[in-house]
Amino acid sequence: MSEPKIDGFELKPGFKGMASDTASDQTMFKGVHWGKAMMWIFLLSDTFVFSCFLISYMKGRGSTPVEWPNPSEVFALEAFGVPVPLLLIALMTFVLITSSGTMAIAVKYGYEKNRKMCGWLLLATALGGLTFVGMQAYEWSKLIHEGVRPWENPFGAAQFGSFFFMITGFHGFHVSIGVIFLFIYTYKVFAGHYEKGKKGWFTKLKGDYVEIEILGLYWHFVDLVWVFIFAFFYLW
Amino acid sequence: MSDEYDNNKSYQAQSSEVMDGSTGSVNPDIDYVRPSEVGEQELYHPHSFIEKWIFCQDAKVIGVQYFLTAVFTGVVGLILSWLMRLQLGFPELAGFMTAEHYYQFVTMHGMIMVVYFLTALFLGGFGNYLIPLMVGARDMVFPYVNMLSFWMFFVAVAVLMASFFVPGGPTGAGWTLYPPQTILEGTPGAGMGILLMLISLSLFVIGFTMGGLNYMITILQARTRGMTLMRMPLTVWGIFTATVLAMLAFPALLVSAIMMTLDKVLQTSFFMPTILKAGEVLEYGGGSPILFQHLFWFFGHPEVYIVALPAFGIVSDLISVHARKNIFGYRMMVWAIVGIGALSFFVWAHHMYVSGMNPWFGFFFATTTLIIAVPTAMKVYNWILTLWRGNIRINVVMLWCLGFIVTFVNGGITGIFLGNVSVDVPLSDTYFVIAHFHMVMGIAPLMVIMGAVYHWFPLVAGKMLDEGLGKWHFWITFLGAYSIYFPMHYLGFIGVPRRYFEMYDSPYMTSAVGMNEFISIAAFIVGAAQFILIFNIIKTLKTGKKAEQNPWKANSLEWYTSTVPPEHGNFGDRLPVVHRWPYDFSVPGAKEDYIPQTTAPSEVIHTEVEKT
Repeated sequence: MSEPKIDGFELKPGFKGMASDTASDQTMFKGVHWGKAMMWIFLLSDTFVFSCFLISYMKGRGSTPVEWPNPSEVFALEAFGVPVPLLLIALMTFVLITSSGTMAIAVKYGYEKNRKMCGWLLLATALGGLTFVGMQAYEWSKLIHEGVRPWENPFGAAQFGSFFFMITGFHGFHVSIGVIFLFIYTYKVFAGHYEKGKKGWFTKLKGDYVEIEILGLYWHFVDLVWVFIFAFFYLW
Repeated sequence: MSDEYDNNKSYQAQSSEVMDGSTGSVNPDIDYVRPSEVGEQELYHPHSFIEKWIFCQDAKVIGVQYFLTAVFTGVVGLILSWLMRLQLGFPELAGFMTAEHYYQFVTMHGMIMVVYFLTALFLGGFGNYLIPLMVGARDMVFPYVNMLSFWMFFVAVAVLMASFFVPGGPTGAGWTLYPPQTILEGTPGAGMGILLMLISLSLFVIGFTMGGLNYMITILQARTRGMTLMRMPLTVWGIFTATVLAMLAFPALLVSAIMMTLDKVLQTSFFMPTILKAGEVLEYGGGSPILFQHLFWFFGHPEVYIVALPAFGIVSDLISVHARKNIFGYRMMVWAIVGIGALSFFVWAHHMYVSGMNPWFGFFFATTTLIIAVPTAMKVYNWILTLWRGNIRINVVMLWCLGFIVTFVNGGITGIFLGNVSVDVPLSDTYFVIAHFHMVMGIAPLMVIMGAVYHWFPLVAGKMLDEGLGKWHFWITFLGAYSIYFPMHYLGFIGVPRRYFEMYDSPYMTSAVGMNEFISIAAFIVGAAQFILIFNIIKTLKTGKKAEQNPWKANSLEWYTSTVPPEHGNFGDRLPVVHRWPYDFSVPGAKEDYIPQTTAPSEVIHTEVEKT
């Protein structure tokens, strides 16, 4: 079996391949688009941001002298007169993970130059993200209605509200940014900017369907972070 | 290059065969560099004055913009240090200054010098200017984002400077911004001042992230043909590793800034414990001040190396060029830079020995801290061995490099004192600490910056800076810096605490007062001497001698651009092709004492070049 090649440069598999790519000239990640490499490294940095938030949360939860509220009671939702713990959160998580799926298929159709399908799936992803943000806004307003504030809450330690609003807010901010870009790229795909070679509004440079994959990387990351927030906030 | 031929010996044998004329022609394969993987970079050329000089996407202009903005903040920091020294040395002349003012000056001086001056200058200034040129790229990979990065930094500086003019003035909590006192009433600038500081820091982190992504991807994915990682100048290695550190360390600063902003604005208690004030319980409670210290120093310690690693890299190149010798142990230097960078994430709590944490925890951090001395000492030995029997030019650049080695070793040795818990406890919060970190991360990197300015000015401006003025600048700065910081070690040993507005009638007064006056006079002179450089630059731009291309006879790509100073796109029609490392100086058998990176092996066939 012959190894894949880039301009006469043999790409070896596994650890050997990593060493030979690293030792080579020009690029370290062979055949990887600049923007894609940038997004991966940005996400690494962003991972550190969320890690700092979550570690601070663990430390804050551990050091407060007042008892921590019971999440399955605080986050319960009444359905047909019965309080179901974590119902809303389960729905939110389901919607967000599903939108990750539509995003992945959009990337596939983008690379196949199937403009229509790519556009519709991007739109579906954007709407999924929008639904998530909407449900989060509902959850926030419900908690605020029940008297939870960043500085105090009726259920226990004041830090509960502080960390909750800060971390879910920071994550929701990420989702919102993603939704805005998803709508922009839905428009760009439907309008056929990549086929026409239209130049970007700001950068004045031509785009490519790889941008959809870069956006997808960001979107999957936001979903992955949510899984951790879900585990640490709602299940602990 | 090692793939191309087995070793020097066989290569020479082959070349002597050619010289004898006994066999056929030179094997053309030794010049082979595989074709380009990535297409030509699409560049947006500016169309107007604003696009060319203000919202410019050319990394070189952005580098100069970063440099000038950073120097401006540095001058502000310098003036603040003068005011502090005026109070400490001659309090009777500083009647206008209250204790609150003094704390504000201490805080702003520290924050400005560490973050807005040194970090921005090394990564934003030198990084932007040198990375694309040295790796053989046309520009940074994302020029538009790069432009945003500078303007975000500019806004951050503007917000920081605005805090001087708000009611209550800038924050006076010390540059470490330790809660709870930072945001409590009674601390200077606890209102608007601290808020603007936190906003400014957040903007700086966002702006830096945009720049840092550019530096990393340009180095990893946009090198020219033949440029392997192990053929990059150490300057690029230093800036690269520092950028990686910054991308992983600044998140902790961002998070702590956000949390403290919420503590300030929304009365949350992330960092705020239960506090009694004049018999009344404040609304805060249940938070952890130590958490802030951990977050801050998880950023703060790598920050030291974000400043130091580019300096290590740059000074390696300057020493090699001006000693006309290859850098000793290039690979060791690279691994030392990477190793120091990695270790710097495991030492942060050595800033917190007196915070009340478990002594065994401190012992762990003392161990990791002292391990850093190993790669650092390797670097110092390698600089000295590079100089050893070199053809040293004692010019201004070399003087700054030698000054760096001396001050760096000096500051490093006091670091070994402070890294040990039992020695640190009596010395912490004394002038010994001030002397240590100013020597190691203030003066030493500054020496490199100065050397780099004298070295690369001919490239940026096309004119040679005046050597005579440069020598005055160096000697006043070098001797003056020692006059300032050497006595401070002694002040620390006798126990003079730092951050004190005055010593009142303490026993320190009698023995410290004369020394404080001496230090202050030295500080005024050293500060003033820095304006020699500014004068030198203005004078050179007006009447200076025009520089020839590559005046220092260096090998790295930045001196082999199509025009001097390089224009947008850097290298004209064709990107350079690299065949060797940038350290082929004084190669036995070569015609000149330097072989540029672009020289093909067949052109230097009977020389004993290093395999790189």
